[in-house]
Amino acid sequence: MLDAELLARIQFAFTVSFHIIFPSFTIGLASFLFVLEALWLRTKDETYLSLYKFWMKIFALAFGMGVVSGIVMSYQFGTNWGPFSEFTGGVIGPLLAYEVLSAFFLEAGFLGIMLFGLNRVGPKLHFTATTMVAIGTLFSAFWILSANSWMQTPDGYVIENGRAVVSSWIDAIFNPSFPYRLVHMVLAAYLTTALVVGAVGAWHLMRDRENRAAKIMFSMAMWMAAILGPIQIFAGDLHGLNTLEHQPAKVAAMEGHFETREGAPLILFGMPDMEEEETKYAVEIPKLGSLILTHEWDGKITGLKDFAPEDRPNAPIVFWTFRIMVGLGVLMALLGIASVIARLRKKLYSCGYLHRFALLMGPSGFIAILAGWFTTEVGRQPWVVYGLMRTSEAGSPVVPTAIAGSLIAFVVVYAIVFGVGTAYILRAMIKDPRAAHVPEDSEIMRAGGRQSTAAHPPVAGE
Amino acid sequence: MDYQLIWVLLIAVAVFSYVTLDGFDLGVGILFPFIKDPAKRGRMMNTVAPVWDGNETWLILGGGGLYAAFPLAYSLLMTAFYIPVFTMLLALVFRGVAFEFRFKSKNHQKHWDFAFSAGSIIAAAMQGAMLGGFIEGIAVENGRFVGGAFDWLSPFSIFCATAVVVGYGLLGTGWLIMKMEGDFQGNLRRLAKPAVIWMAANLGVVSLMTTYVNPAYAQRWFELPNMLYLAPIPIVTVGLLYWLWHAVKKREKTVFGITLGIFLLCYLGFGITLYPNIVPPMITFRDAAAPENSLAFMLVGAVVLLPIILTYTAYAYWVFRGKTGDEGYH
Repeated sequence: MLDAELLARIQFAFTVSFHIIFPSFTIGLASFLFVLEALWLRTKDETYLSLYKFWMKIFALAFGMGVVSGIVMSYQFGTNWGPFSEFTGGVIGPLLAYEVLSAFFLEAGFLGIMLFGLNRVGPKLHFTATTMVAIGTLFSAFWILSANSWMQTPDGYVIENGRAVVSSWIDAIFNPSFPYRLVHMVLAAYLTTALVVGAVGAWHLMRDRENRAAKIMFSMAMWMAAILGPIQIFAGDLHGLNTLEHQPAKVAAMEGHFETREGAPLILFGMPDMEEEETKYAVEIPKLGSLILTHEWDGKITGLKDFAPEDRPNAPIVFWTFRIMVGLGVLMALLGIASVIARLRKKLYSCGYLHRFALLMGPSGFIAILAGWFTTEVGRQPWVVYGLMRTSEAGSPVVPTAIAGSLIAFVVVYAIVFGVGTAYILRAMIKDPRAAHVPEDSEIMRAGGRQSTAAHPPVAGE
Repeated sequence: MDYQLIWVLLIAVAVFSYVTLDGFDLGVGILFPFIKDPAKRGRMMNTVAPVWDGNETWLILGGGGLYAAFPLAYSLLMTAFYIPVFTMLLALVFRGVAFEFRFKSKNHQKHWDFAFSAGSIIAAAMQGAMLGGFIEGIAVENGRFVGGAFDWLSPFSIFCATAVVVGYGLLGTGWLIMKMEGDFQGNLRRLAKPAVIWMAANLGVVSLMTTYVNPAYAQRWFELPNMLYLAPIPIVTVGLLYWLWHAVKKREKTVFGITLGIFLLCYLGFGITLYPNIVPPMITFRDAAAPENSLAFMLVGAVVLLPIILTYTAYAYWVFRGKTGDEGYH
């Protein structure tokens, strides 16, 4: 039943899903740390430094897990997807090489100074290090999303001797879906981080409404949710229209449309059935589907039946992951709006309902990101490079038992390592942020003390 | 311009950078079984904590660069070394997270110390096994891997695995002698002595066995006039080993420096043995190369960015120069 191709796909989906959780958090967190340190340097308010140190410890944990799960990804193309690597090596390879050279080294090179170097290099150089790490995370997003987008909407290439060769680097890098995907993903990363910060702030406010550090982070996070939530819905809509232009089968699966028709309804819920070629139990709003996708009441929407059965993506998965993402996105925007109302009524720090809502929404960014990636990646199927290479042609000649064995090993190891890591992160989050930095000489002495004798004094036992 | 040659050299440099940089920080983990005191272990880890991530980035550059510049070699090697590659990656996961996790819970500390140590040893051993399997060659027909999942496993590759573990361990010892003081430094010096002898023996055996693996390898080294041109490599290596044996007793920084020198010479010897094959015994780097314009496009980035990378990497090492105390942010 489980052939090599399916096992390899499950393995890739598993490892990349675990991986993406960490960078989507650290992209946002690095920028947040940049802002916090800038505020500290500008205002000299020690609370910002407390917040910086509080989030830096969490950043270090998340970043470490992102690095180790990311190294796996850079080798998996070859182990499980050899023919894909040979076919795309000339296009995607250089994009990944640029990611390593411009982003990974920058992040890794300055991370050590950021984590350990404040007392050695002083605040200004330390701020430079934080800035470099933040820039590195964004460069990384740029290149990896360009590579992924090329697999979705390949451009700027010719096929020579059975492999893709670039004819225009500008067209290949800035391929049609890239700008939309980049904006959508970076916004998602910022929003995800804001929701986590907001949830942690809410948790601490629920314990002590006068906790100034908690107030600051909660307020900053709610501003982000209020501003980025609606922008993200708009950006997502543009991304969807771009997908409709370049990957209509994916959009048909997202919408659950099997028939091509004018004035198509918006199917809110239902069960797409690939065999029967219809979406059962559909709850629909007439004409709204056409209006959203074509901005016309009677716009024509292409259904899945217009594509040969072997060219259709799995509609049930795409349909539902898309709804999970959109539903969470709407809730995020609602949280942002609720926070603005509470703020106007001067209840931002005292409204228990808002804090509970924010706490519940803490993990929603991660779920929405995973759901969104499942939508776009499963929606690209049966192609690994859209229109050029089928997933079934892309796998390495490895026996299924080897793939199954490594898959089991990944599941076990990731469950242990990332389970424990997440527990450590949660434990760091519920510590009082005010305790992260005590503005006393003794603390600075200890942190920077090369003569100090105590081994890792403050935290080891906590 | 000969982009293919430039890129095979650049990737060779990236892999060598990885071997030496991650070599010493894996070496720190390899030494954990010999140092039991948790406080000392914490200090050992903190000598590499600010730089390990940068060191491991060279591994990504090696893998990513191979994918980009020599996709066929990347695809064949990863498929042939499926099991050791994944074992190494999982081992690196355990040791990588241990840098943070070790300091997060006193109850779990010994488990993460074990993860760090075992992860370092297994990762090093797998790299050595792949080195052995690489020298022995990979079964390829019509550009497809046709061997079995365990082709890489042989007495020779097992021997190479131990050689790499010992070599990294010695590199780590040299690094720590430089970073530690007092009694602890003395402990490390005592550890280094047998390691030097062990490494010298390994080098001799691996070198000789390599010439048996494939007659072409022997020819390259023992044919005239090659033998005369290449003779300095083994001779200087022997000289460095002798110097290392004496430096271990009293010098602070030289131990690390000499060990790096020995690694460089071994790496050169390895390159000379295999050139121009990138997937021994048949596929040359020219067979496996990516399209010219991909190589040219990447070279622009490498020429601009590598000097910048080397500058800030050197700066980061400089910031954390000197002896390491008990500092940390945890």
